[in-house]
Amino acid sequence: MFNPDMVRLLAQGIWETLYMTIVSALLAYVLGLPLGLLLVVTDKNGICPMGFFNRLLGFVVNFVRSVPFLILLIAVIPFTRFLVGTSVGSTATIVPLVLASAPFVARMVEASLKEVDHGVIEAAQSMGASPWQIVTKVLLPEARPSLILNAAIATTTILGYSAMSGFVGGGGLGTISINYGFYRYQSDVMLVTVLLLVVIVQVFQEIGMRIAAKGDKRSH
Amino acid sequence: MLERGSRMGEIIRINGLGKTFATKENEVVALQGVDLSVEEGEVFGIIGLSGAGKSTLVRCMNYLEKPTDGTVVFDGKELGAMNEKELRKARQSISMIFQGFNLLLQRNALQNVCFPLEIAGIPKKESLARAEEMLELVGIADKKHAYPSQLSGGQKQRIAIARALATNPKVLLCDEATSALDPTTTRSILALLQEINRKLGVTIVIITHEMGVIEAVCQRVAILDHSRVAECGKVEDIFVNPQSEIAKQLIYPQGRREASFHKGECLRIVFDGNSSFEPVVSNMVLACGTAVNILFADTKNIDGQAYGQMLLQLPDDESAKRKIYAYLTSQNIPFKEESVNV
Repeated sequence: MFNPDMVRLLAQGIWETLYMTIVSALLAYVLGLPLGLLLVVTDKNGICPMGFFNRLLGFVVNFVRSVPFLILLIAVIPFTRFLVGTSVGSTATIVPLVLASAPFVARMVEASLKEVDHGVIEAAQSMGASPWQIVTKVLLPEARPSLILNAAIATTTILGYSAMSGFVGGGGLGTISINYGFYRYQSDVMLVTVLLLVVIVQVFQEIGMRIAAKGDKRSH
Repeated sequence: MLERGSRMGEIIRINGLGKTFATKENEVVALQGVDLSVEEGEVFGIIGLSGAGKSTLVRCMNYLEKPTDGTVVFDGKELGAMNEKELRKARQSISMIFQGFNLLLQRNALQNVCFPLEIAGIPKKESLARAEEMLELVGIADKKHAYPSQLSGGQKQRIAIARALATNPKVLLCDEATSALDPTTTRSILALLQEINRKLGVTIVIITHEMGVIEAVCQRVAILDHSRVAECGKVEDIFVNPQSEIAKQLIYPQGRREASFHKGECLRIVFDGNSSFEPVVSNMVLACGTAVNILFADTKNIDGQAYGQMLLQLPDDESAKRKIYAYLTSQNIPFKEESVNV
């Protein structure tokens, strides 16, 4: 199987997978980080309690999260076409990937921010900090190690989703695995793509853990 | 201009303060009809058992908790009448330290002390210089690059104190600030607070459940019991002559044992700073020619002055009793007849 064509195909698959995953993860954080912040800040024990808005936001996040990714992938095809002009290929796959992972990222961000000791927030309030100052000077910096660690988890989850999108022509290693391994019974190709995915997940996870541990001043 | 209910020399005035927390099923009353006044430059203590409402009371002083009744006047201005922005500005003059230190764990000592200065919008260079000065004041300038995880409880509280003083506040609220520390560290932190009070003239409000803390540094104390102020006054007055049940309980933690093995008439004598250097009881026994039974004795150092008290069982003989009274009166030693019940 290791003829030059297959190697070139796999190399392109790796590139497409990394492209989809990284761009989707970045965009998912562009949406998910503010969403997660809003969930924490407007919580009834948060720094700007807004009960109704918080429950509404929580419901929307849960709603999107409960739609199976494969269904979402197909359901948003018209929206994807509108945005990208096509519904196949790795760029088109970024649209459903971002939509599916942003609420997940929001919950991850929410969990990280809630780890910050309430006493520290209270101390900041007692010094006259505004809600915005608490967000930028307390919540985000204090939760940084946990946010980074969760970003690694979110990225590997997005990687898994991207492989699933291979079923509808999403591109990347997932498509190769399905087209060659599944439809053509080339189990060796399937095995190699799966191994490559395993390696990429390991690398992402390891990088995330190292950056998080290095920046964490609690563990000296 | 001073508002109603506030007078000169008064930094915090609390009028008819009440706080009720609404839970799903019922309402919990944390504070009820609290009237207090904290004088500028004093060390004021608030003591009570857990659940008495101390922490809620101190949080009402900077409006971290909004009272449901009554008013809080800080430096002549009513906190309840301020908008959010004015309140945040006022809070820069009312600092707070906590039992759990509440330092930013991802910042080192110096950066922690800079934090309130950043909030106040002070230029970085200026705030760094101020932070160094504050760390010097609390005696841990050598730890300025250490992170909280590398420091002991006492060192962390010193950083918290430096941080609280950085913005030059008028009042420092201490919420059980020594409760997580061992006795030696507690003493050193209390000594630091006292030094700050004397050197900088910062008014200090100390919340605690330990009488020892009050005795060591406070000039006046309010005793909180079941959401209300049971007693308020000078520490030595309350120590010498406690009126409320809760005050007696806090001052003689062993009081119950003392009562359980004796019945009948007793005499309580109180020594102030001067007479505690004289052998009062021995002199009295020699002068009156009668024996007394010492049931309880204690001396305490309140704000540098020695205070002692003794509970004596009197002889049954009436004339001997009269002699003792006459002797104590002639020596200017306050005493009080008390019947210790079972």
